[in-house]
Amino acid sequence: MSPVLFVILAAMLIVSALGVVLQRSPIRCALALVTTLFVLAVIFLFLDAQLVAALQVIVYAGAIMVLFLFVIMLLNLQQDVRAMAWLGARVVAVLMGSLFLLAAVRFFVYPLAPRLGPGMGGAPPEGFGSTEQLGQRLFTHYLFAFEITSVLLLVAIIGAVVLAKRKLA
Amino acid sequence: MSAVPVEWFLVLAALLFTIGAVGVLVRRNIIVIFMCIELMLNAVNLVFVAFSRQLHSMDGQVVVFFVMTVAAAEAAVGLAIIIAAFRNRETVNADELNLLRW
Repeated sequence: MSPVLFVILAAMLIVSALGVVLQRSPIRCALALVTTLFVLAVIFLFLDAQLVAALQVIVYAGAIMVLFLFVIMLLNLQQDVRAMAWLGARVVAVLMGSLFLLAAVRFFVYPLAPRLGPGMGGAPPEGFGSTEQLGQRLFTHYLFAFEITSVLLLVAIIGAVVLAKRKLA
Repeated sequence: MSAVPVEWFLVLAALLFTIGAVGVLVRRNIIVIFMCIELMLNAVNLVFVAFSRQLHSMDGQVVVFFVMTVAAAEAAVGLAIIIAAFRNRETVNADELNLLRW
């Protein structure tokens, strides 16, 4: 990925992510989040993660966001006049966030940089990021975790139905 | 092709994570707080994919696959809880859902 392209995509990502935090209407927040997820999928494509990019669009921007929009419309939320916390809390939150960002870059990225080597580690092997390669890894080395995931999803389905069900009188 | 070093992606992910964390702290609507949690999950996914590309290892992408599954389960259960809370209290404002405080 060329630096120019990276800067453009990063700017789109940051602007749409800020939209999620700053928009007052929950629907607009959801749309900003969809934009963020799409831009992230494009970045994944440039990082040779084709299947992950496709899943990002189908599962995240598709299924999960539809769930969000469905709940927002089901609850019929009006535009909130007090969408944000009070000013002092906001100032503290932004300060803590900046502090966290500085600490993460200074104590994690900065010491790591010399050990990473230049660029993105050269051209990847043939078929890197393809469905075949990911599936091979998933169904051999991570088979147990994969099976456990199906149990997790089953529990989530049952839990969601039980929680959202109207109480029996 | 790969002129951008992996550190740039790490900084971008840290920025995305910070925006999500600040969003959780400043927003009142629990649905929007939930969306900010998704932002943080995606920031972590970006780190995994970037390192997966840098190290030429598929393991990072497999982990992203699992994170997406967990995020889907979390979204389903979390939104069901929000619906149940709204049914009981008629609000999604995090300041008014304070029965569990103290």
